[in-house]
Amino acid sequence: MTEGKSSIVNYSLVKFHIGFSMLYLLIVMLGGLLYSLQFIGLYPFAGIEFLSPGRIRMLHTNGAVYGFIINGFMAGLYWAVPRLTGYRVWNEKYIGWFLAIALQSAVLATAGGLLLGFAQAIEWGETPIFIDPAIVAWLIVTLPQFTVPIYKYAKEKPLYAANWYITAGLIWVIMVYIMGNYIPQFFVPGVAGAAITGTWIHDAVGLYVTPIGWGLMYYFVPVLLKKPIWSHSLSLLGFWGLAFFYPLQGVHHYLWSPIPMYAQYAAVLSTVVLELAVVTVIVNFLMTLRGNSEAMRTNIPIRWMFVGTINYAITCLQCAFHVLLTTQKVIHFTDWVVGHAHLIMYGTFGFWIMGFFAYLWPKVRKADVYSRALDEWAFWLVTIGTATMWVDLISAGLVQGFNWWGLSPFIDSVNFSVPFWAARTITGVMITVGVILYAYNMYMTGRKAPMPVLEAKAQTSGGAA
Amino acid sequence: MKFATIALFVGIGLFAFGTFWQAVAPWLSLKNIPMESMEKIAEKIPPEFYMLAGDYPDEFKKYFGKPDKTSFIEALKTGKEVYIAEACWHCHSQFVRPVANEEMRYGKVSYPSEYQNAMQLPQLLGTRRVGPDLIRESGVHSNDWHMAHFKNPPEVTPGSVMPKYTWFYDKNGRPNKKGLSVVTYMQWLGSWAKEPMYKLSMK
Repeated sequence: MTEGKSSIVNYSLVKFHIGFSMLYLLIVMLGGLLYSLQFIGLYPFAGIEFLSPGRIRMLHTNGAVYGFIINGFMAGLYWAVPRLTGYRVWNEKYIGWFLAIALQSAVLATAGGLLLGFAQAIEWGETPIFIDPAIVAWLIVTLPQFTVPIYKYAKEKPLYAANWYITAGLIWVIMVYIMGNYIPQFFVPGVAGAAITGTWIHDAVGLYVTPIGWGLMYYFVPVLLKKPIWSHSLSLLGFWGLAFFYPLQGVHHYLWSPIPMYAQYAAVLSTVVLELAVVTVIVNFLMTLRGNSEAMRTNIPIRWMFVGTINYAITCLQCAFHVLLTTQKVIHFTDWVVGHAHLIMYGTFGFWIMGFFAYLWPKVRKADVYSRALDEWAFWLVTIGTATMWVDLISAGLVQGFNWWGLSPFIDSVNFSVPFWAARTITGVMITVGVILYAYNMYMTGRKAPMPVLEAKAQTSGGAA
Repeated sequence: MKFATIALFVGIGLFAFGTFWQAVAPWLSLKNIPMESMEKIAEKIPPEFYMLAGDYPDEFKKYFGKPDKTSFIEALKTGKEVYIAEACWHCHSQFVRPVANEEMRYGKVSYPSEYQNAMQLPQLLGTRRVGPDLIRESGVHSNDWHMAHFKNPPEVTPGSVMPKYTWFYDKNGRPNKKGLSVVTYMQWLGSWAKEPMYKLSMK
């Protein structure tokens, strides 16, 4: 992991993916903020078909996954995989750029499709049906791009846990995507279809976002702290725990539904047990930090990653609690779940990706960070915003859940939620401003870079280490 | 390498195991419930559909002709397309749980066979209730109520945060094909499990 290996990384591809990831993050934030205005009666585009709040909501969630997170992971993978293995990725010049541009086309086509009313009724898979085959093809081509160097390295030495996660995540996601986007749409109706949809919703997070996120963290945390990971055995325990328990949980998105109860019990039990696997990972990261906690103050990327890890611990403990069938009676269908989803998708994986970028961007642009103060402002605005949003939404969820149970008129639960929704919009403003500051800082850092065009040419033409 | 190959198969095997319990087994349990086609669904047209043809005769004639099986199937399909395109299912669920007094609020607890039909591809059970559940919606409100409500929800339900759907109406404020279809869909949801009026009055 020394500077000598930097020549096997394609800086242009990393830069390209970081840039688009940040662009989508800004759009996603503004979309979410816009959507939240509907709940407090301030929606500015009422009556415009293509900017209807429902459509903006789908833009918000799908943009977050397909735009922000996948691009962020691609940037991380293009940096980490060559450095983990010592080999360049499979093919940069054609496959690399083809994948990069195809991904942005798919994201933009999805955004257009959603706003024009071609959504598919699969949660987290609202991408219009005619784009799904392109995404499957994209995922299939992405697999060898990163597994070829891992395979070459595996013939020489045992693989580090990061490679396990990355390989497994890239294989699982293909099967998961095909299952979730085709079977409930064309073959299996109703309740059984809901079970499959639930499995897709959960596996998209658990078998793609989680393993790739963990894999990248297993690379970046030791590298940034300049010390080995605390325990290799624990990392393998975490891996097999994830592999065994995560695919068993899909139905916990539809608890107390007409889905057969054996599937619901399995989902609840495995969700509770999975927390053990999650704890191994969190303990591993935190124990690696032990003795270097000063880095939390001085090192901005480390701070993003470890606050993300703490958010992860909070969300996962919350999950083990609220998946219980008793708790579900109150919190299912409420804003509690929305708060939970924000803390996991943005508070954890989003924070990790922003940590990766804070580390990678000055490296790939070969420039110092433009402003430390801006970084601090961005970090604190986003962190306080996210934490407050979580507290606010889970509180709103309890209010709504008990209102419904108490059989007061339905509109009561809406009226009582409005103050919480107003607070949610304020936290949304905080997060959005933080992200804008973060992006502006990156932009200014990039402007300081020495002759970026020549730099990019040197990277793509002369590849020899 | 041998270990890696084993690990690969174990990884895929665990995925298959989980998917079996969570997806394949429920499907095997439920697949013997007969699947209803659109034609079968259209054998039980709810009375609200005929009322709709009477309430908006010119519009109904223009977009659907006569209220019969064929026009009902078309209206139902279009209504579901609108429901999906507008992401209604992100704020309205479609199943009644056996807990939290939901039976008293909405009606009969949901059961698997009512979802085994051509209208449930893909299913729309939903995971969030900003607004109320809709699987027992049929007949709870009149066609006129729905027409006024989609045009401007807070006017009908003060405090509602539901968006206005002005594109369900033409220039004169009369419902267009989308408006008629989505109301048909609303009045179909739960029409197979309607309850006596004394129960509805409690909601």
